[in-house]
Amino acid sequence: MIPFDYRRAEDTDGAVATVAGNPRAAFLGGGTNLVDHMKLGVAEPELLVDVTRLPLDRVDRLPGGGLRIGAAVRNSDLAADHDVRERYPVLSQALLAGASGQLRNLATTGGNLLQRTRCVYFQDVTTPCNKREPGQGCSALEGYSRYHAVLGASRHCVAVHPSDMAVALTALDAGVRVQGPDGERTVAVADLHRLPGEHPEWDTVLNHGELITAVELPELPMAARSRYRKVRDRASYAFALVSVAAALDLSGGTIRDVRIALGGVAHKPWRATLAEAALRGAPPAADEFRAAAEAELADAQPLRDNGFKVPMARNTLVSVLSELAGEELR
Amino acid sequence: MTELLRPRSMGQARERVDGAAKVTGRARYAFEQPVERPAYVHPVQATIARGRVRTMHTGDAAALDGVLTVLTPDNAPLLATGHDPELEILQSPEVAFRGQLIGAVIAETPETARQAAGLVRADYERQPHDVTLSPERDDLYRPDVVNPSLPTDTGQGDVDAALRAAEHTVAATYTTAMYHNNPMEPHATVALWDEGGLTLHDSTQGVHAMREAVAPVLGLDKERIRVIARYVGGGFGSKGTAHAHIVLAALAAKRMPGRPVKLALTRQQMFSLAGYRTPTIQRVRLAADAAGRLTAIGNDVVEQTSRIKEFAEQTGVPARTTYAAPNRRTTHRLAALDVPVPSWMRAPGECPGMFGPEVAMDELAEDCGLDPVELRVRNEPETDPDTGLPFSSRDLVGCLHEGARRFGWQRRERAPRSRIEDGWWTGTGVASSTYPVHSAPGTSATVRLGRDGSFEVLIGAVDIGTGAWTILTQIAADALGVPAEDVHLHLGDTDLPQAPVAGGSSGTTNWGTAIVEAARSFREKYGADAGPGDELIATVPANPHSDRFAMRAFGAQFAEVRVHAATGEVRVPRLLGVFAAGRIVNPRTARSQFIGGMTMGLSMALHEDSVFDERFGFVVNHDLAEYHIAACADVESIEAQWLDEHDPYVNPMGTKGIGEIGIVGTAAAIANAAYHATGVRIRDLPVTADKFLD
Ligand SMILES: Cc1cc2nc3c(=O)[nH]c(=O)nc-3n(C[C@H](O)[C@H](O)[C@H](O)COP(=O)(O)OP(=O)(O)OC[C@H]3O[C@@H](n4cnc5c(N)ncnc54)[C@H](O)[C@@H]3O)c2cc1C
Ligand code: SF4
Repeated sequence: MIPFDYRRAEDTDGAVATVAGNPRAAFLGGGTNLVDHMKLGVAEPELLVDVTRLPLDRVDRLPGGGLRIGAAVRNSDLAADHDVRERYPVLSQALLAGASGQLRNLATTGGNLLQRTRCVYFQDVTTPCNKREPGQGCSALEGYSRYHAVLGASRHCVAVHPSDMAVALTALDAGVRVQGPDGERTVAVADLHRLPGEHPEWDTVLNHGELITAVELPELPMAARSRYRKVRDRASYAFALVSVAAALDLSGGTIRDVRIALGGVAHKPWRATLAEAALRGAPPAADEFRAAAEAELADAQPLRDNGFKVPMARNTLVSVLSELAGEELR
Repeated sequence: MTELLRPRSMGQARERVDGAAKVTGRARYAFEQPVERPAYVHPVQATIARGRVRTMHTGDAAALDGVLTVLTPDNAPLLATGHDPELEILQSPEVAFRGQLIGAVIAETPETARQAAGLVRADYERQPHDVTLSPERDDLYRPDVVNPSLPTDTGQGDVDAALRAAEHTVAATYTTAMYHNNPMEPHATVALWDEGGLTLHDSTQGVHAMREAVAPVLGLDKERIRVIARYVGGGFGSKGTAHAHIVLAALAAKRMPGRPVKLALTRQQMFSLAGYRTPTIQRVRLAADAAGRLTAIGNDVVEQTSRIKEFAEQTGVPARTTYAAPNRRTTHRLAALDVPVPSWMRAPGECPGMFGPEVAMDELAEDCGLDPVELRVRNEPETDPDTGLPFSSRDLVGCLHEGARRFGWQRRERAPRSRIEDGWWTGTGVASSTYPVHSAPGTSATVRLGRDGSFEVLIGAVDIGTGAWTILTQIAADALGVPAEDVHLHLGDTDLPQAPVAGGSSGTTNWGTAIVEAARSFREKYGADAGPGDELIATVPANPHSDRFAMRAFGAQFAEVRVHAATGEVRVPRLLGVFAAGRIVNPRTARSQFIGGMTMGLSMALHEDSVFDERFGFVVNHDLAEYHIAACADVESIEAQWLDEHDPYVNPMGTKGIGEIGIVGTAAAIANAAYHATGVRIRDLPVTADKFLD
């Protein structure tokens, strides 16, 4: 850890200008990830700009029927929000499946999206890691890889994105509102995180100094019957081995629409577009679910320790879809 | 035969005497000692697993504002060598394992010390390291003894022949993972070196033991060292022997004469500097006749130690003593590797050593078509199979029967994989537990009558969170024949009478016996006329019954396990332990020891696994987010019961020690239940979801 300055942001414009103007400045949310990294030497900002007191701490209904979630809303508050629980239960469930009560009380929506991988080599500055130091090599590729990717990885990095919340947001087609020095833009959550490719050092498409101000959920009636299922190595307080966020819309014995995202399998929350395409118009039957899951996972490339993730993801997806279908048919 | 102390205060569920201070934050742990103007120490660790430090670049660190000194092998104060290589730090540039201490920074603040430690760069002359434990190695060796000083190998009859001739056999290899103790309070030392000598506030299981260990290394007379540990946040064995950091704190203090220095290990540092349990590979063989009577039992164990210092975990020991069988064999072979130094962890030997044999017993029961409880009952020995001595008391059978009754064992389906509920395969399993009664002569205690008529009892013991402070007060009260309120017990200081470490579940035996001894002698000497200030110190001789009896506690553990049919997730909805462990002095603190041990056993069964990356030579999941310990949600119903047991031979209280037996057998009971649930036999811990998927 190096000495650093701390400043509380007065307004968003000022916060953006300060961080954009200083390559060694960083936004500070709850600090539950960033401060750990500072202690470990993984991150060495010289200036922290605390954005948790900005007026970004509300969940508001949007005119079109969706919700706008301020970037500083705490994970606990978001999980408990009435509209979220009623209309987007998958999001509430995903939040509650993450971390611990104390951490969720601190963690913010913006910080949760931008938390970094839990790859053990990334978190230890004494081992090579391309994400931390491009060009050093990837220690996980032939090392401890129980928690690593089976989809979309590259030989430069096989890490996964650890957020549960982001998986639910991906299934819900959420948009991320971002403010930079040149103005505002919206990025689809599904496009926010990158695949590692040749540049694992870039987790997301955001530029330095761009501030997440809000997450917007579109109106999505089918999300009222949605579900998050997380499979992990202990009953709570563990990152996902695999997770599934899904919503199902049945009509007249067929699947009219379906949303599926997988967690714990890739460098980003994995929107299961192949499985979705296979299921639209199909009957809600277990063998259809299984075929769709297999289609999605056909290109999986497991590492030394994580071959189990393929059947685990398949079975979890089948069981979540079966449960959703069962509820809908009841 | 000793006359057992009559229980008045003993047996009561008294609250902890230190409870209020702890929950209100007034209890001061080692690092919290208020000292004048402390300096802070942060270790520098080797980042190679074998070789030597060629040069240390300390310029950047030394130049940092607030840095007082950078210690390296070139400039560190000299230590006496040849005593304990783990403790002889910074005396040579040799690196024997990754994470070994190669330096330290002393600074005005902990943050500066840590930052500066990160700026120290070392150039190494690397040598290829060897960290791979495997039973195929051709350099496995036979240690002279296994911990604490037990025979390495034992044998009787011919196990091979018995296997060839037997109706039923099991021969399989079982493995337990590497485990780290991870007490809640990290290892910490506050050291002050001045004209008076060296004072250490240390987070330790034994103040006298630490003094004995560091005195020769520091070249100081024992009398010039004082070690204090009034409150300790757990140890699980990792604070029972001295580790390198305590010497580092002392060296730093020596460099800063008259100024106190504070050192606390980070969680990550604890993974290479504070001991751990070796992984074990157990080749277990059982043979039985048609009626399920064992004709042979064997456990051939392979495990690791560090190249610089030997620790041989006594994993084969439980197979020597739990069941009767005419042909027996246990062996221990070690690989000496370029790894951190292994050491004690809750129930060394018994804990891993009941995994292999107790899973094998489950396999044998199935092969014999016998209920696993019944198989164990049929193999109850008359006398200790290891020594031939009678047991001072033994009630494994009682524990099995009582446990079976309470658990509802009779309703159990015979065949595995026969019950699925809401998508979860459900089953039950059982395993035995055992732990020896350790005692060592030489413990002393002082009893003194105070001015107000209450008694002060002085003993250099340590309460590491077990409840020792409370129950020793109860024992003293009964020994003196006064209410517990009239006893003030002082512990945790080498200025108090000699007492051994809180380890081996022997605290109550050793310390309690000394207190009873002192109280009885006090009453004999002063009778009814004792006046304020009268005092007496007594020292415990060796237990005369130790040579005549085998002394052990026993227990039975029952587990219910659910395995999710789709995802493989494993849950333990119920755990029940029934123990026969002599007299229970305080049901409240005892229950907490038993269920604490069982919880740690559950954690071992399902979660704990120090992932050792052989390329680098260290544990890569070295924090509590990645090294999983059971969370509250993993522990559903967990219950401990005990049987009344009268044992007049163990000690004047009739106690057997309960700190460790709770962790013994739990993992086997859970693995056996997982098999009963799913039909999948897991012989390699931990029992994780992936092992049930295909
Ligand atoms: C032990 C442990 C277990 C955990 N388990 C889980 C789990 O099971 N599932 C899970 O999903 N998560 C888990 N977490 C992670 C936790 O969810 C994240 O640490 C948390 O969500 C991060 O939020 P924060 O506000 O504290 O972020 P911070 O630590 O403050 O920031 C994280 C990053 O985001 C940036 N940032 C913060 N706010 C903004 C903003 N508004 N705009 C732009 N950039 C911003 C920061 O600069 C930093 O780079 C766990 C964490 C720990 C420590
Ligand atoms: S997987 Fe990615 S984060 Fe992990 S070591 Fe490789 S490059 Fe680094």
